Amino acid sequence: MVRDPRTLLVAVIMPVVLLLLFGFAISMEVTTIRIVASADRPGQIENGTLLKLIANPYIDYKGIVAENEIEPMLSRGEAEAGIILREKDGKIYSHILVDASNSSMSRSYSAYISGIISGSGEQPVITSVLYNPALKSAYNFVPGILGMIFILICSIMTSVSIVREKETGTMSLMMVSPVRPATVIIGKLIPYLMLSCLILFLMLLISYTLLGLPFSGSVIKVVMISILYVILALSIGLLVSSIVDTQLKALIVSAILFMIPVIMLSGMIFPIANIPKILQWLSCVVPARWYVSAMRKIMIQDLSLEYISVELTVLFGMTMAMLSLAIFSFKRKY
Amino acid sequence: MGKDNAIEIRGLTKKFGDFTAVDHISFDVAQGEIFGFLGANGAGKTTAMRMLCGISRPTSGTGTVAGFDINTQEERIKRNIGYMSQKFSLYEKLTVDENIRLFSTIYGMSRKEIKEKSVFIYKDLEMENMVNSLVRDLPLGWKQKLAFSAATIHSPEIVFLDEPTGGVDPLTRRSFWELIYRASSRGMTVFVTTHYLDEAEYCNRISIMVDGRIKALDTPQNLKKEFDCSTIDEVFRKVAQDAKRE
Repeated sequence: MVRDPRTLLVAVIMPVVLLLLFGFAISMEVTTIRIVASADRPGQIENGTLLKLIANPYIDYKGIVAENEIEPMLSRGEAEAGIILREKDGKIYSHILVDASNSSMSRSYSAYISGIISGSGEQPVITSVLYNPALKSAYNFVPGILGMIFILICSIMTSVSIVREKETGTMSLMMVSPVRPATVIIGKLIPYLMLSCLILFLMLLISYTLLGLPFSGSVIKVVMISILYVILALSIGLLVSSIVDTQLKALIVSAILFMIPVIMLSGMIFPIANIPKILQWLSCVVPARWYVSAMRKIMIQDLSLEYISVELTVLFGMTMAMLSLAIFSFKRKY
Repeated sequence: MGKDNAIEIRGLTKKFGDFTAVDHISFDVAQGEIFGFLGANGAGKTTAMRMLCGISRPTSGTGTVAGFDINTQEERIKRNIGYMSQKFSLYEKLTVDENIRLFSTIYGMSRKEIKEKSVFIYKDLEMENMVNSLVRDLPLGWKQKLAFSAATIHSPEIVFLDEPTGGVDPLTRRSFWELIYRASSRGMTVFVTTHYLDEAEYCNRISIMVDGRIKALDTPQNLKKEFDCSTIDEVFRKVAQDAKRE
């Protein structure tokens, strides 16, 4: 029998749903491009350009249409791209039209198509894509999603835990008892840590199976750094809960205040190096930034621990600071 | 200070900024006494009680609770008192037995003691068949009796009850007071705040707090005589009529 279905829902169902949602839904990969073509001379159809396109498994070739039909087809959403072939001075020029209503996808479409067309030059350029040979976006997203999920779920769980007891009155019983504040805080930390390890197990299971992450990185290292990060997130939640006095405030602080910086400044979606300098400095206080960076190095690049010593040190320092602050502010309040 | 008093308080004061919540109160509570601590909402009862329990430090004033200094020995005080608050305070999602084990462990009782004590409590409260029920499924009256037993499981010298009978029917209140009497007859000092003025009659002595000060303190009989009233309710109205705070 489940005594507290709400906590179970937040703790187990929510992270699984989030991971699946982000892992599958946010995709920057080129899967299928529907493409239409037009040519000013019928002979061009036999030209290598179109054949290359038709042969490509990621291209859904829609056939030849009149040149003025291409743009309406793009606007109706019947194709993502069009290609116009014109012959001039015995050479064939190709003009690619791309639907850019989704700008990031259009960039990869046009790069992809022009890559196919110009692929067979005299001096071929050899590009080796390292660490993520299939350029799967899940590789990039999973560390970020884990960084977000843990800070969100763990801090929500613990931030609500003490505040709930303040509301029901059981916390005042703890206060008049001889139990020391540090004992209460640690006592709150341990069960949620155990629950978080279960969540971590589920998350990694999904990542390595459904999302197809490579099993190359040492799993033990991944688990170790994740547990450190989980303790940090739990401590942040405990700090929140010893400061605020209602569950609603605790939820707002941990869900909204923490989620936005994690999404924006962790490097999960926007690379840290590309954001303005001042935000780069700000991102240094976002724990997820260090976690995501360490996880990428370990999970995807399979580097050894010495390459993430900075991240480990920062995360460890933050954990200690948050935990002591939580105990201190809890003590001061009573 | 005599050794027979469970609580001795002199000039106890608590200020929050400019606001004086508790204003130089002094009183003694004898061992085994049932002491009623009355006052309107906002009179400073809860603040005073928190200082006696060692969870709030007085701005000024001295005193001992169970023989320990309220300014310096809060931790010793906490070991020797029990506390039950107006908000029903047990863990709703734990079973009866889990709650009892939790609180007895917190007070450092041994496994053997816990076993003996819990068997005694369940028999005493006639709730042997509810031991494995979740506390949230119990009727309020049972919860309150259980909360009292949990608060006194470590046989403290003094038990502080902060409006323990709020929201229960008169019959349950009566049986709750029987528990209080039994504890008192075993020598436990009972310090109780209440909203129900008829309950004040059950106390050995009562104090009435108005605007942070103690305005009256005596046995219920003497107070009725002194203020020429037939019930404590009337006494309370007379004493509290010129209260500034509400």
